[in-house]
Amino acid sequence: MLSRLFSRGHRIVTRALTPTVTPSTASAAQQERRASTSEASLKRTPLYEFHGAHGGKMVEFAGWSMAVQYRDSHIVSHTHTRQRCSLFDVGHMLQTRVHGKDRVKFMESLVVGDVAELKENQGALSLFTSSSGGILDDLIVTKTDQGYLYVVSNAGCAEKDSAHMKERLQEFKAAGHDVDVEFLEDSLIALQGPSMVRVLQPGVCDDLGKLTFMTSVLTPVFGIAGCRVTRCGYTGEDGVEISVPSKAVVSLTEKLLANSEVRLAGLGARDSLRLEAGLCLYGNDIDETTTPVEAGLVWTIGKRRRLQRDFPGADVVVPQIKEKTQRKRVGLISAGPPARQHTPILAPGGQIIGEVTSGCPSPCLKQNIAMGYVETAFSKVGTALQVEVRKKAVPALVSKMPFVPTKYYTGQ
Amino acid sequence: MALRLGLRAARSRLLSCRSCLSACRPLSPGHLCRPLSAGLRYTDKHEWVRLDGGVGTVGISKFAQEALGDIVYCSLPEVGTKLSQSDEFGALESVKAASELYSPLSGEVTEVNHALADNPGLVNKSCYKDGWLIKMTVENPAELEALMEEAAYERYVRSIED
Repeated sequence: MLSRLFSRGHRIVTRALTPTVTPSTASAAQQERRASTSEASLKRTPLYEFHGAHGGKMVEFAGWSMAVQYRDSHIVSHTHTRQRCSLFDVGHMLQTRVHGKDRVKFMESLVVGDVAELKENQGALSLFTSSSGGILDDLIVTKTDQGYLYVVSNAGCAEKDSAHMKERLQEFKAAGHDVDVEFLEDSLIALQGPSMVRVLQPGVCDDLGKLTFMTSVLTPVFGIAGCRVTRCGYTGEDGVEISVPSKAVVSLTEKLLANSEVRLAGLGARDSLRLEAGLCLYGNDIDETTTPVEAGLVWTIGKRRRLQRDFPGADVVVPQIKEKTQRKRVGLISAGPPARQHTPILAPGGQIIGEVTSGCPSPCLKQNIAMGYVETAFSKVGTALQVEVRKKAVPALVSKMPFVPTKYYTGQ
Repeated sequence: MALRLGLRAARSRLLSCRSCLSACRPLSPGHLCRPLSAGLRYTDKHEWVRLDGGVGTVGISKFAQEALGDIVYCSLPEVGTKLSQSDEFGALESVKAASELYSPLSGEVTEVNHALADNPGLVNKSCYKDGWLIKMTVENPAELEALMEEAAYERYVRSIED
């Protein structure tokens, strides 16, 4: 009965603000092969042994051995994150620094966002797009006051992203631009939940009240030098991600866990939390075949970028903003058997009008939540649709996202 | 079941699996301690079946229950559904995944565990007793003989890890 448990459930991925997962380019067969890769051949974060010592159930994710959960059950861990705070190892994600005088221009040649407009130490969710307007990956780019851009992108896309950046780097260098790319070996952990400030404040000099959502600071944390704390996350809660030198990540994790508010949480809880928050998982909800407009991510496209049409795929994407697309990403709420990825979405008349891209029972709402793409005519909030679960049509309602209100700290 | 688990997870699961197999029923005086799982037959997909007076009771093993995690929804067949051995008869849903259920035997569904509608977590709490799934007639007793006994199932679970 468990045949699909691990092949499916674990195509979970993880991302900073928006997430990700398996490389969209990988075929199902490749993913299967990767899933059966022996434990020994998987990459390990510096917290690997720590996970084992804390009851982590390790699974393959994007070529990494990652904890899907610890001793707490999935639901307990999910709920704890919403009520207190959880610590996630997200060290498998790709961290990059972009240096040089022309770094903003370089980054803008790859993504849809207005990087120039960002204030110092401010970050934004952005998208790498292809020349045809498909989403190559989602990422968070932060314009630091240290003379570089700090970029976090998905583990499942790490090879693709780094190759993409290196290729553009060659072009830029050949054209005489001043830019360089540095892939970091640092670790990354996320501390997420309403208790985060209480836990972290004693360990940092800066007033966390001034570190608003999507801003970043370089600071020692509990005496560990060289940490970058960014107020962001992938749970919908207030939280931070802390980039920390790998040799110190176990020590920092131990110090944070010493606070009884904090519990370890794995990829399982991360996936259900991000879905409740309406955040996309790359490889599931967005990929190279979806455009930012279809995915409802137009807000990531800078106004200036839209006017100048100077991001990759702009000639496809910009007209879509006005003309509407054939399909749109929507949220769905249903009762009964949950609709999972690839579940067909049906119109009231029974014809197939789309497919679920992520779905699970919501631990907070006690209803099933899902996101998926439907024909635009059926995408209005409140539209009654159906999802076909194991050959039975189950009523589902198009609902707005986030499903559970987000609690990002904006300083107000 | 193509369970792809980390070795460590698998080992810890196995340990708890063993402790569960030796758990005792509440006893009346004079009875020997008899494991709840005694007399069960298992499929390679982790369903168990127990024969009582010609009726088979079907559930899932402790190993399966732990691998699934918190079960939040049980899709079960209607009474009267005719099943052949290995037919899919429903699914158990946890937050992270759905797992299909396959019939250990051929027969007709005579009863489903209605308590699971309001309390699907019973499958986690009591997989060998209150968390049973369906009862069914046994059309072909030879099918039962071909299923694994407890010791063989324990070896099988262990082999999944290796």
